[in-house]
Amino acid sequence: MELYQLTAKDIHVGLRRKDFSAREVAQAHLYRVDDIDHELKAFITVTPEKALLAADKVDALIARGEVIHKLSGVPIAIKDNICTQGIPTTCGSRMLEHFVPPYSATAVKRLCDLGVVIVGKTNLDEFAMGSSTENSAFGVTKNPHCMSRVAGGSSGGSAAAVASGQAVLALGSDTGGSIRQPAAFCGVVGLKTTYGLVSRFGLIAFASSLDHIGPLARTVSDAAWALQAITGLDPRDSTSVAPNIDSSQPLAAGVKGKIIGIPKEYFGPGVDKDVAEQVKRAIKVFEGLGAETVDISLPHTDYSLPAYHLIATAEASSNLSRYDGVRYGFRASGAESTDELIKLSRSQGFGAEVKRRIMLGTYALSKGHHDAYYSKAQKVRTLIRADFTKAFSQVDIIVTPTTPTTAFTIGSKIEDPLAMYRADIYTVSANLAGIPAVSLNCGFVDGLPVGLQLMGPALSEILLLQAAFAYEQETRFAGYQEG
Amino acid sequence: MRLTPEQVEKVAELARLELTPQEKERYAEQLSAVLDYFSMLNTLDTVNVSPTTHALMLKNVLRDDIVEPSLTQEQVLSLVPQIAGEFVAVPRAFEG
Repeated sequence: MELYQLTAKDIHVGLRRKDFSAREVAQAHLYRVDDIDHELKAFITVTPEKALLAADKVDALIARGEVIHKLSGVPIAIKDNICTQGIPTTCGSRMLEHFVPPYSATAVKRLCDLGVVIVGKTNLDEFAMGSSTENSAFGVTKNPHCMSRVAGGSSGGSAAAVASGQAVLALGSDTGGSIRQPAAFCGVVGLKTTYGLVSRFGLIAFASSLDHIGPLARTVSDAAWALQAITGLDPRDSTSVAPNIDSSQPLAAGVKGKIIGIPKEYFGPGVDKDVAEQVKRAIKVFEGLGAETVDISLPHTDYSLPAYHLIATAEASSNLSRYDGVRYGFRASGAESTDELIKLSRSQGFGAEVKRRIMLGTYALSKGHHDAYYSKAQKVRTLIRADFTKAFSQVDIIVTPTTPTTAFTIGSKIEDPLAMYRADIYTVSANLAGIPAVSLNCGFVDGLPVGLQLMGPALSEILLLQAAFAYEQETRFAGYQEG
Repeated sequence: MRLTPEQVEKVAELARLELTPQEKERYAEQLSAVLDYFSMLNTLDTVNVSPTTHALMLKNVLRDDIVEPSLTQEQVLSLVPQIAGEFVAVPRAFEG
């Protein structure tokens, strides 16, 4: 087994047993990047010097006989919309192509304090707006399982980096499914927590009531370790909450006696039948492990995608108004007035999808339209939340496909925004309701991974991870998969 | 819901975006299709529903009024595209 195929758990054990050094682990991942990333394009920026420096620090601790944290020396990749001090953070956009943040996101700082090794910053759809990582100003990230297919988005780079062994763990962001969908397409574990559980300080904002930072990993256990490290109240994020998570509970608790809800709206004509088949097989596995399954309904499911896009674009139009070429970011040349400067900088700095969403949001919030669009969507959001509250009074976990199809071919949806948005139909509801959701691999169709999604009530991350772990241990879909 | 290129131009103006004529046509078409899709929300009766204004419905999260370290002026100015001494330099803001 290659060093780049190890899990965080394997690395921790190996470092303590002195089977290898942190530098050797870091080097193996950096070689892996050199080897495959010119084709895969998971990374925008690679940070070899910083990585080796961090690895050497860990080796020094080990040499002094000190106890190291379980994530020390573990190579991680960070989505390029998450601020990393001193490392360019571009958001996949010309607007921030040369932006080097003077501070790190809280989630990054927490990981760095534990001694992780940052391999680099991963590719994404520009400003996290997209479902394929085709909207990046810096190239398209390919799916490691099939190079003519998308890696998913917007955290495509993070998912591809983890799936291909270029990083053990990654941080991504999820506003409408942007961690879970690429995780599903690339066959890895992707977790979106309860809203507020991971601080958003340092996450470059897209839609503030929907954005989440979360981990991607090859195993549930690794994802759980990352989760522990990054959660916690942060005074710098006024929407953050203290975790009520009892992380002393073992992952291996099983699902015996747990009630699993199967919502009919997620298994209708919208889902590919082969994908649905794999997910139904997974449900049988849960039954075999002692869980009870119940058919339920989430009646407002069909309204979640339009509600999501109205709210997300409205919030985005506000959040992205800060990019004006004045204080940071791209500034266009040749402007003769401040007004012209702002217009030119924004028009030249933003890509097409970003402009589309800004305009949709601006329209939805404008005079005469605000009530019909934005307020309406906020009310529909209440109805969607109520669907879940009602469902969770009957069931412990809801199981669905993560996506309606497996990874689509590059270029096949980019000309049709609505078709692209439909890739997220099963993921957006969890963002609207603020509830946690995890995606993990449950099989392959024509060599392409299929994602299984588990959703739970707010702050039920441990329950979800226990169920995911039980499934993962029973089947053979965890760990490094040769693409 | 059919947006005209002129309406697109108005929205673009609000968003401080400058579009080419071709872009106005293309966005008019694409935005119209998306807005059409959004209109399905109107089939829902929400007369007695209150809007979700916050994912967690937290209220008044405050901190103590204590000064803590922040970014230095140097750090902030290092990000500015064009500075004049301690100031951010821009082309003139007002006419005349």
